[in-house]
Amino acid sequence: MAESISLFLLLLGAVFMLLAAIGLVRMPDVLMRLHSSTKSATLGVGLIMLGVALFFNDFAIGVRALAIVVFMFFTAPVAAHMIGRAAYLSGVPLWEGTLSDEMRGHYDPKTHALAGEAQSPDSLSSGEPE
Amino acid sequence: MQILINITLGLLILAMFLAFVRLVRGPSLPSRVVALDMMTALAVGIIAVYAVATRQTIFLDVAIALALIGFLGTVAFAYFVEKGELPWRKA
Repeated sequence: MAESISLFLLLLGAVFMLLAAIGLVRMPDVLMRLHSSTKSATLGVGLIMLGVALFFNDFAIGVRALAIVVFMFFTAPVAAHMIGRAAYLSGVPLWEGTLSDEMRGHYDPKTHALAGEAQSPDSLSSGEPE
Repeated sequence: MQILINITLGLLILAMFLAFVRLVRGPSLPSRVVALDMMTALAVGIIAVYAVATRQTIFLDVAIALALIGFLGTVAFAYFVEKGELPWRKA
């Protein structure tokens, strides 16, 4: 019984990771790809580790699986934030259907400094016309 | 039992292939970094399922180490993308 549950959890985690990979290929934008891959892949790893812990049914294995899950849950948002920030600041173009970009005009791409209020629009280096 | 594990491994390998497609096609460097991050998470999952398939619990230690290395690699790539140059080469 516990074995069937753990196999089902492994399969469910693999399905979530496959969905994350499909989103990684299909999404049109770096930030959307990040949105697709980070959350879904973290959930997939968590489910797989839960299945592993249930399968072996041992305290030491459970602690290792828990360590992996906690580590992924702590590091995935940090890594995603760093990649998203680096992608935005390095001027990767957003999707052409993007509705709002609240950082536009509040950031100087030369000095990497944030400005308190909006600069004049012609000082922007990139960005789609609105 | 065995066929379910095989199906799980097949799904994960298909996901790895899709992430590799994004790694090759990705129009910008951050897209490729996202794909690499995804591939690291997929490798952790594959190692865990393989540990179940072979009943060798020692593979879980490999998964822990790989998760750590993957996070460090992602952070290093993000730093590199943001600064645009290596820190010791700054004139």
